[in-house]
Amino acid sequence: MGFLDIDNTTKSYGAVEVLHKVDISVQEGEFLVLVGPSGCGKSTLLNMIAGLEEITSGEIRIKDAVMNGVHPSKRNIAMVFQSYALYPNMTVGQNITFGLEMHGTPKPERDKAMKDVASLLQIEQLLDRKPGALSGGQRQRVAMGRALVRNPDVFLFDEPLSNLDAKLRVDMRTEIKKLHQKLGTTIVYVTHDQIEAMTLSTRIAVMNGGYVQQLGTPQEIYDAPANIFVATFMGSPAMNVLPAKVEIENGRPTAQVILHDGSTVSLPFSQDNMKDWAGKEILLGIRPETITDEDAADRKSSNIAHMTNRIVVTEPAGSDTFVTMTLGGKDVIARMRSDANVQAGADFTFAVNMEKAVAFDPKTEARIAP
Amino acid sequence: MSVATQDTAIRTGRVTRTLIYLVLVLFALFYMLPLYVMVVNSVKPLEEITGGGMMNLPVVFTLEPWAKAWSSAQIGVEPTGLSPYFWNSIKMVVPAVAISTVLGALNGYVLTKWRFKYDTIVFGLILFACFIPFQIVLIPMAKMLGLMGLAGTTWGLVLVHVVYGVGFTTLYFRNYYAVFPTELIRAAQIDGAGFFQIFWRILLPSSGPIAVVSIIWQFTNIWNDFLFGASFAGAGSQPMTVALNNLVQASHGVKEYNVHFAGAILAALPTLLVYIVAGRYFVRGLMAGSVKG
Amino acid sequence: MALSADTDFKTRLQTWLPKLVLSPSLALVLVFVYGFILFSVYLSFTDSRLLPSFGWVGWENYSKLWRLSHWETSLTNMGIFAALYIGICTALGLSLAIFLDQKIRGEGFIRTIYLYPMALSFIVTGTAWKWFLDPGIGLENVMQSWGWTSFEFDWIKNRDFAIYTVVLAAVWQTSGFVMAMFLAGLRGIDNEILKAAQMDGASNWNLYRRIIIPQLRPAFLSAFVILSHLAIKTFDLVIALTGGGPGRATELPATFMYSYTFSRNQMGIGAASATIMLMTIAAIMIPYLYAELREKK
Repeated sequence: MGFLDIDNTTKSYGAVEVLHKVDISVQEGEFLVLVGPSGCGKSTLLNMIAGLEEITSGEIRIKDAVMNGVHPSKRNIAMVFQSYALYPNMTVGQNITFGLEMHGTPKPERDKAMKDVASLLQIEQLLDRKPGALSGGQRQRVAMGRALVRNPDVFLFDEPLSNLDAKLRVDMRTEIKKLHQKLGTTIVYVTHDQIEAMTLSTRIAVMNGGYVQQLGTPQEIYDAPANIFVATFMGSPAMNVLPAKVEIENGRPTAQVILHDGSTVSLPFSQDNMKDWAGKEILLGIRPETITDEDAADRKSSNIAHMTNRIVVTEPAGSDTFVTMTLGGKDVIARMRSDANVQAGADFTFAVNMEKAVAFDPKTEARIAP
Repeated sequence: MSVATQDTAIRTGRVTRTLIYLVLVLFALFYMLPLYVMVVNSVKPLEEITGGGMMNLPVVFTLEPWAKAWSSAQIGVEPTGLSPYFWNSIKMVVPAVAISTVLGALNGYVLTKWRFKYDTIVFGLILFACFIPFQIVLIPMAKMLGLMGLAGTTWGLVLVHVVYGVGFTTLYFRNYYAVFPTELIRAAQIDGAGFFQIFWRILLPSSGPIAVVSIIWQFTNIWNDFLFGASFAGAGSQPMTVALNNLVQASHGVKEYNVHFAGAILAALPTLLVYIVAGRYFVRGLMAGSVKG
Repeated sequence: MALSADTDFKTRLQTWLPKLVLSPSLALVLVFVYGFILFSVYLSFTDSRLLPSFGWVGWENYSKLWRLSHWETSLTNMGIFAALYIGICTALGLSLAIFLDQKIRGEGFIRTIYLYPMALSFIVTGTAWKWFLDPGIGLENVMQSWGWTSFEFDWIKNRDFAIYTVVLAAVWQTSGFVMAMFLAGLRGIDNEILKAAQMDGASNWNLYRRIIIPQLRPAFLSAFVILSHLAIKTFDLVIALTGGGPGRATELPATFMYSYTFSRNQMGIGAASATIMLMTIAAIMIPYLYAELREKK
């Protein structure tokens, strides 16, 4: 039993099932991020937790109490919306205390709660303004204040940062993380931004097509993605996925990969169980940062392979330089140090950290577990 | 007015522009002509009109026709002038506008923020009611008003105007609330506000502009109505339009054109004032009446 | 709604409130619109005369109706009136809108003048035009008193031409509104498309003919639907302007229905004519509303 249980929950609109048997148990104080492309069902799931959408089958429980059919205001939850949803006709102060007013809290208590939250979020000077007179970042704070003042069991965030510009988004991300560390509240947070998911969460549920593709800590999701969807959705630039053939060389399983000129390079696996796939085609997953120049290769890795291949394009990005090459018939991206001596059209010897490489079954697209 | 001016990419030559201005001014004169005729002839003695001076400014200025139209002209059999009918219209218009606007606001709120199965069909049913030729309901309506004891009364007319106006008011509020962020409603739900609290505290404070549109539209339509007034009003509830028509069509005695014109202006004055003061909202209502919101 | 048994009363009330609030309006409309329509349609198959009566006569009222020369006149007039009214309003509205869209000084003022007739009652409009067109005191008299003694303009008293005076007054009242609809359409066109067309070397004439006017399709459609609906409903204007005369020269279906039902005590025939009017409007409005509501979904 968790603090918030989503138990075998499905959602259908008419005959169309949009969420299929979701099963997530969230512990108290956890920061769960639901991440996925638009239309994956993550917002629907959040709305079901909030009580804004009905549950077709299954149960949602908060502190072991079944929430199906309970009005949103009686679930002891608070929600921060994508558009912030601040009431335009009320001042910031009235916005923050509207929920308390609706629940019949007396005015002196409301005012005290409002002051506490305002000082926590440093918005005291904004209390008498209308939302229309606030900047995006300020609105974001007010929206969080409105949620905090209720002192709820669970905080729900629906893409709260997507309306901010890039710089403010990073600042507010840090702010939210600080707040979570300070207050230790339970949070369910929806986003389509995988960086937000990685940085904020204690656990991530990657969703696609109404299914939870994988549920795990950020590190698990990143290093051991359950399937090709998770592997390519999480991480930027995305993981390279290319066809390869497994062959045994000197008793070790290797991936045979075709270079730009049609010749083959042999990249040894770290996973011994890849022997079972000898002679078969697989899909090899290599993250861009594990393809580098020799000097930048991970010293702690016990399995660095080398290959010489032609550089097609270089893209200096300041801190790094991205290099595109053709490998296994696909465009493959490598992430080099910015001072690496790379030139388009030249041949270059890359170091590949095969310890971090993963293999996928080309039929099921699931990762072949070690 | 509702249509904002924007930079047009089209450039026109000097001659073309002069011609365009000429045409525009000519049509402005065309649209002003009846108003001019009504105004100048309402302040001159009858002889000046019958003597061929309809287009001339008055030689002798008099407010006599206005006074007569208002308080002593023969309407039907009584020499009461139009004033009692003016108040009849007011007594009919105010409640009808208020009730239909409130209903429209509530309907729009439900139809956009509390959607249910078949809500579009329900809206379609309500909306189509504005477009029927009212001849199709005249006979049963007369019977129904009789059954309800409202035949010939102002309240009967109020009922009729509410029923056949609620489609438009619903249309206005529905289109307006459709773009009102639903997240605000959800936030209020989580905050614990109920159905009416959300309407009263969240939606209504932001509904000013569309309420003005709805009120102006209903006011203009109901004030200007003739068919229902002529069909269902009794002696004590006839509206201004019916009285004006009776005044003008009267077959007995000398035709007092100047009094007719003064009466026509009196009948037009309330809606004309509204148009001059709040034309922007009037046009918005007209545009929304062509369904595109 | 599938709510579990432990749902409390207040929550359940909240789920019913919206429908409860909508129901008075829906009930009113169902009874006073759809119920009444059914009743009127039913009456059109009965022998109702002065009062509603329920003796079934089948299609008799309809066959009588179609043999009446009075009805035929009404329909012919409707045809002339609707064609001219819709055609002239559209052409005039579009032209004025295009002219007004040329960065005209005082545009707001001109627009206000063009549109004010829409705020008037048809009875007022009818009265003003009735006396202005009256040969005895109006335009003809004025022209003759100004020295043009041979000037004649008696259309309003002339059986062959009276219907055109109805068109004139109706166009005067609504063409400004059509202008506003087209102007809104013109203002909605992306300026970059116009600039691109000018770069392609299109003349102003071609710009309007090939690029702009085709993009006003929705405005044309709306104008057509609104105007045809107004045309079929035209009643007050005729009453105030000509009273249907001279003779029956300006009778329209709406005035026909009114006089057959309330003055001539032929309620069955009146109901039959109202049914035909309803069918005509429904044939235009229902597809339009259907398309509009689907779009909005």
